[in-house]
Amino acid sequence: MTINTAFNSGRLTLYLAGELDHHEARNTIRRIEELLDEYMPRDCVLDLAGLNFMDSSGIAVIIRVSRRMKTLGGRAWIENPAKQPQRVIDASGIDRLVPVAVGK
Amino acid sequence: MKESNYIKLEFPSRSSNEAFARTAAAAFAAQLDPTLEELGDIKTAVSEAVTNAIVHAYPDSIGRIAMRLRIIKGSTLEISVRDWGKGIADVEQAMTPLFSTGGEERSGMGFTIMGSFMDKLRVRSSPGRGTTVVMQRFISPRQGLR
Ligand SMILES: Nc1ncnc2c1ncn2[C@@H]1O[C@H](COP(=O)(O)OP(=O)(O)OP(=O)(O)O)[C@@H](O)[C@H]1O
Ligand SMILES: [Mg+2]
Repeated sequence: MTINTAFNSGRLTLYLAGELDHHEARNTIRRIEELLDEYMPRDCVLDLAGLNFMDSSGIAVIIRVSRRMKTLGGRAWIENPAKQPQRVIDASGIDRLVPVAVGK
Repeated sequence: MKESNYIKLEFPSRSSNEAFARTAAAAFAAQLDPTLEELGDIKTAVSEAVTNAIVHAYPDSIGRIAMRLRIIKGSTLEISVRDWGKGIADVEQAMTPLFSTGGEERSGMGFTIMGSFMDKLRVRSSPGRGTTVVMQRFISPRQGLR
C-alpha cells in the first residue's frame, strides 16, 4: 500500500495504490489519520484508481475516514474506484454512507 | 471434460499470508480461464474467509489454517477454508450483514461479500473446535477468445 497526497484549497486527496487488506489496514488508517491531523482538510477525497485489491478491511478503513471527517465538520468521498474495489463497494452498500464519484 | 484437479495448502494464521492465499487461489483458478472480474471475485472471497480465520478463530495466538481448492463438474471452483480455532456459536447470526464481534476495525460485511461473489456459501462451525467455510463459483467457459 502506498498513499500519495495532493492538497488544494482545503481539499486533501489521498491516492491509495496497491492492495488494502487486513494486513495493510492498521498502518493505512494510522497514516491517513496522521495526514488528516497534519492538513486539517475540509474535504477528504479517497482516490481508488490505483487500488488493485480491497476487501472488507478496506470498507472499515473508508468508514473510519468518513466518520473522522464528520467529527472534523467536513466530508469524505470516494473517487475513481478501480473495478475490483467498485464491486466490493457495491456488495457492501457503503455508497449509502460514503458517496462515490466517477471521473472528473 | 477437464480432469478434476485440486490443491491443498496449510499455513499459520499470520496476516502476511492473506495476500499469498488469495494469489495462490487465483493461480489455481486460472486453469478455468476466468475473466478478470471472476478472478477478482475469487480473490476477494478467499481474502474474507482467510482473514476471518486469522482475526476471529485465533484472536490471541497463531493457529493452523487449511485451504483446499478443487475443480468440480468440469468448470466449478470449490474453495474450502478451515481452522481449528474458536468457532462460532450462532452461524446464522454471524452471517447477518453488519454483524461483527470485531470492533471498529471490522465492518461485519465479510460473509455478505463471500455470499454475493460466490454461487454457494456454506459454513460449518462448532464452538471451541473450529470453522469450515465452503464456497463454490461456476466459471462460464469462454469461446473463441484464445
Ligand atoms: N473463522 C471464524 N472463527 C470464529 N468466528 C468467526 C469466523 N469467521 C467469522 N466469525 C464470526 O462471524 C462474524 C461475522 O464475520 P464477517 O466476516 O461477516 O464480519 P467481520 O469479520 O466481523 O467484519 P469484516 O469481514 O467486514 O471485516 C465475526 O465478527 C466473527 O464473530
Ligand atoms: Mg470478516
